[in-house]
This record gives sequence, structure tokens and C-alpha cells, in this order.
Amino acid sequence: MMAQIAFYILAGLAVISALGVVTRENPVHSALWMLLTFFTVAGIFVQLDAEYVAAIQVLVYAGAILVLYLFVVMLLNPKTSGFMRLPVRFVIAGVAAVIVFLQIITTIWSSDVLKSGAIEGIPYAEGISNVSAYGAVLFTKYLVPFEIASLLLLVAMIGAIVIAKRDSGGE
Amino acid sequence: MELTLAHYLVLSAIIFTIGMFGVMVRKNLIVMFMSLELMLNAVNINLAAFSNYLKDMSGQIFIVFVMAVAAAEAAVGLALIISLFRNKQTVNADEINIMRG
Repeated sequence: MMAQIAFYILAGLAVISALGVVTRENPVHSALWMLLTFFTVAGIFVQLDAEYVAAIQVLVYAGAILVLYLFVVMLLNPKTSGFMRLPVRFVIAGVAAVIVFLQIITTIWSSDVLKSGAIEGIPYAEGISNVSAYGAVLFTKYLVPFEIASLLLLVAMIGAIVIAKRDSGGE
Repeated sequence: MELTLAHYLVLSAIIFTIGMFGVMVRKNLIVMFMSLELMLNAVNINLAAFSNYLKDMSGQIFIVFVMAVAAAEAAVGLALIISLFRNKQTVNADEINIMRG
């Protein structure tokens, strides 16, 4: 029973804060609502027996990516932060979003993976935590993708420096 | 009434749709990127739920790859926005029409 209560509180907060990201006029407020979304999603990861991923969610998303967004918002301080002026745009976007949502829901309800009832979690062996089980898979089966991801981050870092520096370094 | 896979999938669908709506409706490029992060988070919830349901660690591994790609995308995208703001003095998606024929 506690799990259901925790899930509904987390899910409600996640949906409310996601709506906050989309509807706030001020980009700084959007970023702070996004922080709450990241924390509630981390709580949902804990409920799904993914403790390591929850920790990484808080460290990387809430700690690094969100600070990057806040830096850029405060650096540029954009004057126009509102919505598309055309009301037609709202109608088209709303209809498209509702259609996609209904399509996803229909696909979920018509699939037979849902017939098996409650999800009860990943059974670990005695003395094995989520983190050690995670590392055992990541550094054996997924070692090459892991290294490629580190290379991707290096390339992205160099690219970001080059792109952001080009104009100012003219002298 | 226990928690099933459907609960997590529906939550993920709602957050994904909100993010999609945000990308289409907002005018500020930075907030559009934030909505994109919401969509990536919705996908991460799906991956964690299926990892739990199938009793397989691979879903959780892929969450970290999604996060790595999201971090790279945020770094490069925000650098592009800074460069764009230096040249055009705007981050308004309506006013960026140099590619329009």
C-alpha cells in the first residue's frame, strides 16, 4: 500500500512539474520546475529498483545539465520568453499531442505484456546490490558502448568549446 | 490494485506528451531544449520500468547512455544557442529565418 501512495505522489508531482516547465513564462522558473521533475523521476527510479540510476539522475541531470541550462539562461537573459503568438499554433500542437498520447495509450492497452499483473522487482543474489550487479553488466557486456559514450562526451566538449569561442576570438 | 507496468508506461506517456507540446508551442529555444529533456526523461522511465519487468539489467544500462547523449546534446546545443545569440541578438525561434526560401 505504501508503494502505491509513494508512486501516486511522485507521479503527480512529476506531471505537475513537467507542466510547470512548459507553461512558465520566465525560463529560470522553467529550469527550477525541471529540477523538481528530475528529482521525482529519481524517486520513481528508486521505486523500480534502479538505485544507481537514481543517484546518477540526481548527479548528472540535476547537478550538471540543469546548472548548464541555468548558466545559459542567466548569461543570455532573453527578452522574449513567451509562447508562439499564433493561436493556430496552440491548436495544432494540442491536437498533435492528444493524438500521439492516445496512440501510445492504445498501444499500451492492446499489448499483452500487461496481462501478467504486478511487477515485483529484480531478484539479486545474496550480498549483491544493484550497483555491483550494474557494474558487472556494464563493464563486461557493454564495455565497448561505454567507451564510445566517453568518446562522444569528449567530442561534444571540444565541439561546444569551438562553437562558443569562434566569434569572440577574432582578434 | 497493485502497481503494474501500465502505471509507469502511462506516466511516461503523459510526460512525453507534455514535452512534445512544449517543443511545439514555446518560442524560446532554451525552453524548447528543456522540453526535449522532459521527453528523454519519459523514455528513461520506460527503460527502467521494462528493466524491472523483464528482470534484465540492460534497460538500466541504456538509461546511462541516454543520459550521456543528453549531456552531449545539452552542451553542444547550448553552445550553438550562445553563438546564435551573439550573431542575431535573439533566441526567439520565430525570428530565426535565415534558411527560409
